[in-house]
Amino acid sequence: MQAATAAESLRQIRADVDRRKVLDQLFVVVGLLVMFAALLVLAVLFIDLVNKGAPRLNLDFLGQFPSRKAERAGILSAWVGTSLIMLTTAAITMPIGVAAAIYLEEYAPKNWVTAIIEINVTNLAGVPSIIYGLLALGLFVYQFSLGQSILTAGLTLSLLILPIVIVATRESLRAVPRPIREAAYALGATRWEVTAHHVLPYSMGGILTGMIIGLSRAIGETAPLITIGALSFIAFLPESPVKAEFPFLSFAWLKDAFTAMPIQMFNWVSRPDPKFQVNAAAAGAILLGMTLLMNGIAIWLRYRFRKRINW
Amino acid sequence: MNVPVTSPASGPPAGLAFRKFRDRIVETFLLAAALVAVFTTLAIVVVLVRESLPFFEHVPLREFLTDTMWTPLFAEARYGILPLVAGTLVTTLVALAVAIPAGTIIAIYLSEFAPYRLREAVKPALELLGAVPTVVYGYFALMMVTPFLQKLIPGLPGFNMLSAGLVIGIMIIPYVASVSEDAMRSVPNYMREGSYAMGATRFQTATRVVVPGALSGIAAAYILGISRAVGETMVVAVAAGLQPNLTWNPTEPAATITAFIVQVSLGDLPHDSIGYQSIFAAGLVLMLMTLVFNIAGFTLTRRFREAY
Repeated sequence: MQAATAAESLRQIRADVDRRKVLDQLFVVVGLLVMFAALLVLAVLFIDLVNKGAPRLNLDFLGQFPSRKAERAGILSAWVGTSLIMLTTAAITMPIGVAAAIYLEEYAPKNWVTAIIEINVTNLAGVPSIIYGLLALGLFVYQFSLGQSILTAGLTLSLLILPIVIVATRESLRAVPRPIREAAYALGATRWEVTAHHVLPYSMGGILTGMIIGLSRAIGETAPLITIGALSFIAFLPESPVKAEFPFLSFAWLKDAFTAMPIQMFNWVSRPDPKFQVNAAAAGAILLGMTLLMNGIAIWLRYRFRKRINW
Repeated sequence: MNVPVTSPASGPPAGLAFRKFRDRIVETFLLAAALVAVFTTLAIVVVLVRESLPFFEHVPLREFLTDTMWTPLFAEARYGILPLVAGTLVTTLVALAVAIPAGTIIAIYLSEFAPYRLREAVKPALELLGAVPTVVYGYFALMMVTPFLQKLIPGLPGFNMLSAGLVIGIMIIPYVASVSEDAMRSVPNYMREGSYAMGATRFQTATRVVVPGALSGIAAAYILGISRAVGETMVVAVAAGLQPNLTWNPTEPAATITAFIVQVSLGDLPHDSIGYQSIFAAGLVLMLMTLVFNIAGFTLTRRFREAY
């Protein structure tokens, strides 16, 4: 009698274990499905953009100004605008972001000032991008009278990606082991010498990666640029940054009005005429291609630097 | 045998004084750069409040919070923020209905089930999903998701909050997944081993040991997702329509706070017009909403924090 109940409960336990194992396997399948569904979206999106935009994906498209006629409209002013904005953004973000990260990681004493800076960096990363647009509209456009210019756009996007660059730079500074710093101090180096001669060169890879990730975020940002008043119909180019005569470089373009790739795409998407949707798809394919390329480079750089450095 | 004493390359003690001085200068500059973050926050608050003050002189706060119509640019202007808040909440809820389950499942799978190589390959690919420009997602919602949904739901309008919300959900999956996964991976291994030793399967260990142990980090991931969804602009501006509409039905078109700001910004905007002031008032509400979610998230994180 007792043997029978023992066998009975053993069978129950086995059944229970089997059921739990099935559940386990089931989750593996569900997890894989969800993951690949998410990745599939990206693939479908890119393929669809290339497919629908195919008729316009040629050199003419890159060399034409916007136009009322869909088949004659191109993205010349948009890609030139985007390039100049990215240049400005990078030039502003790089020194400020890296300097802020060095301060927080290498210099900052543990006090309330540091705590406030840290909280601010974290919080700014969560501020919606359109709020940066409003900030720029009130501060740069009206208060500082910079107008709806490339400089305003660059400043705005710099503030937007600053937290990203600071966080990435700090991570890569933190990855440099203490003994490197201590060795330099032992030889009489000052704090700045330790940082500039030893820590910074070792973390350059990580800093570069963070910079590219930040810029890839900036390149697709549309909302803040619309808020500061970017126009979508610009049939001229900003002043050329390179001049034939001395001093060869000109910064007059900083004050020029601009349009940018995402703005141009938004403008075409919002038109009911399906012919413009072809242009939107082509612009989207190029924009998405550029973002994916930048992220790809960042991932590759990160992988390479991680592999090469063995402390 | 006298060892010749060589002076250091950087020179006599006078050099040291210079180097120390240089260090002080550099430190001041670095601190100034770090303070940019603080000034940005202050500037955001000051600009939003200052530019929306004239709006609140014109519109009583009571009307702003209780009126059910938002038509600041009409001749017969009404200034009730509720329709925009409702639109924002509906798209956010739809987005979360996608992103929270999908993000959590992916995080559990990557952290507890996936082989090392698969995880290393998939994580960067998922990050790409979050890197797609939002205006491209807007195109995706309008041109691909909406036509597809129209086959499933007859009579679905061309602009609707459902498809915008779904796409925002896809967009924030990587944020939710990656932060949750980091939290799960920081649960110490001995807790998993204890669970396995008791005869639990991986799935049981994941749901009953790892997830509860990582709850504070997972809560933080959800909050991050919520603030992304609330502040998302281009997807809703392209796909959800620009008409303020007080409704809780996601199959209807409606404007969100962000979409309204975009719509007004597209037009010409004199500095002292009510349109200009109204976008700052709307921005202030948006900022307060994200702030509330972040404070809630902070409190939750603190409450569920487990110390190992």
